[in-house]
Amino acid sequence: MKPEPKSLYDKLWESHLVTPETEQSPAVFYIDLHLIHEVTSPQAFDVLRERGLQVACPDRTVGTIDHSSPTLPKNADGSIPYTNDSARSQVEKLEANCKEFGIELNGWQSENRGIVHVIGPELGHTQPGKTIVCGDSHTSTHGAFGALAFGIGTTEVGHVLATQCILQRKSKSLSITVDGNLQQGVSAKDLVLAIIQKIGIGGGTGHVIEFRGNTIEALSMDERMTVCNMAIEAGARAGMIAPDATTFEWLKNRKHAPKGEAWEQAVADWRTLKSDEGASFDKYFELNADEIKPMVTYGTNPAMGVAIDENVPNADQKALDYMGMSAGQDMIGTKIDVSFIGSCTNSRLSDLEDAAKILKGRKVASHVRMLIVPGSQVIKKQAEALGLDKIFIGAGAEWRESGCSMCIAMYGDIVGAGQVAISTSNRNFEGRQGKGARTILASPLTAAASAVSGEIADPREYLNA
Amino acid sequence: MPKSYTKFTSKTLILPQKDIDTDQIIPARFLTATTKEGFGEKAFYDWRYDEQGNHKDSVLNKPETKAKKIIVAGHNFGCGSSREHAPWALTDYGFRAVISTEIADIFKSNALKNGLLPIIVSKKTHQKLIAHEQELTIDLEAQAITCADGENIPFDVEPFAKICLLEGIDQLGYLLSKQDKIKKYEASVA
Ligand code: SF4
Repeated sequence: MKPEPKSLYDKLWESHLVTPETEQSPAVFYIDLHLIHEVTSPQAFDVLRERGLQVACPDRTVGTIDHSSPTLPKNADGSIPYTNDSARSQVEKLEANCKEFGIELNGWQSENRGIVHVIGPELGHTQPGKTIVCGDSHTSTHGAFGALAFGIGTTEVGHVLATQCILQRKSKSLSITVDGNLQQGVSAKDLVLAIIQKIGIGGGTGHVIEFRGNTIEALSMDERMTVCNMAIEAGARAGMIAPDATTFEWLKNRKHAPKGEAWEQAVADWRTLKSDEGASFDKYFELNADEIKPMVTYGTNPAMGVAIDENVPNADQKALDYMGMSAGQDMIGTKIDVSFIGSCTNSRLSDLEDAAKILKGRKVASHVRMLIVPGSQVIKKQAEALGLDKIFIGAGAEWRESGCSMCIAMYGDIVGAGQVAISTSNRNFEGRQGKGARTILASPLTAAASAVSGEIADPREYLNA
Repeated sequence: MPKSYTKFTSKTLILPQKDIDTDQIIPARFLTATTKEGFGEKAFYDWRYDEQGNHKDSVLNKPETKAKKIIVAGHNFGCGSSREHAPWALTDYGFRAVISTEIADIFKSNALKNGLLPIIVSKKTHQKLIAHEQELTIDLEAQAITCADGENIPFDVEPFAKICLLEGIDQLGYLLSKQDKIKKYEASVA
């Protein structure tokens, strides 16, 4: 008898069961890689101390500082320009916790520091077939490598530290197939905003999404990460893409990727990580990539998006009031105050190159503040080696150290109340980028074109100009 | 150790908006704290306070709201970030249950670990509950909400989380008791 066809998610679920779920109890589920940062971990380490526990597998946990660490360069005296003491103490707590429990931390001294979801892949910690968790909802990013990766709360961070496991029930599955070609000026960000707009902000709740189809296969790893990153914005538990030659090529020779014979063996194993022909999903959704245009959001959640050349729809009045928008208004031409390029969604080298394509030889409009924040120190260096920093600074943008920055606005990088920011990050919730801040989500191309124009602008008009 | 989750009766607080995200429940700028205490004051901060930190006209500032333990919220409550600070803020404020037609996955999981019961109800029941504030009795053991008019509304809860809540057990203890199995698993994949 032929075995039952399995989805990629089924395979990763089954291979990580320490004990299966029963009606009475969830599965004990093994975690291969645990990423931590300063914001959601301190209370978890306290629990370990209170109970006299050790970290079960310190070498399976990797830390970085990103959320409340400033992106300004160090002060002249070498001190770090924290904006407040609680941010400082949070970072220092993580440093102390990692030291005490023997965990690798990519801290201030490390050249590998960066946003947790950028450095995990960059250092080769993220690999196909791994289960990956982090106290951060955008952990879904790592699913781009064919890993099963999802966000957890701080209590679960403690569970993983103490036992390398969490208690889980299997989610439902959602297959999203995208076929066709993305048009010039249309990027992975536009693709994922279009998907979320169509399936809704709760459209993936309770599900693990597998993105499939020839459009997805043609995406680079950076683009796949952008897509999986935002799976959570449709409420999904995780988003994943089957690993393929693009994945292996990208990972080869990364610091923590297997080497030599172990690499060959790993690739052979990874090739089996795909949904079998005929595997069934709980839900299906299909989209034609040819039809997608650059997308922008007009409202206060990521599903409130439209194609850039459309009008603001007659939608949720509360959201429109918050955004200072009115139904029927053109999106193009909406005045902006801030343009932010960064975050774990769009802060990788290719995102910065996209921005540079538009900014080269142009100037940011005089009333616009533009902030460009690389996802990691490694990316910062790569960008500088290509001279991108000069293009950005020459255009009048600020070029920073890596970190979450204006995506979460936990410290100095904040959008002012009432200001409109076009942002390559992932959330346009009320107050996300600062109290009263109004966020329009877009791709790096669109954010750069709009920075130059001073109002929302279609990047396609800049690419050939 | 969490306290055991006993049956209780309370008036509801209605927050009718849909998609109330965790940035509303607890804005990110308050996440630099390194303990779990004191987040109640910051719950829904931007709904409650203006730029100068003065009270806005919000139901969440009314003294009688402080006594309410049940939120009836619009569709898809708790979407967004994985911050457990969200349920910490709600329980510290005094809430013990949230009722909606959909509650985001990570929020739900975090809530259950912190004595905040997420209850999903049908659209029809939701319409009744969101129409006006009323007194409800929530009985986790019986998995039922009793309305003031006597109607009994059953609800689902994950059986393991239910036991943990009722008995005040925390899940870490359970995981630690599986250490032998975990070691075996590790040996089998090594
Ligand atoms: S960049 Fe934004 S979304 Fe990504 S981890 Fe940082 S705060 Fe979270």
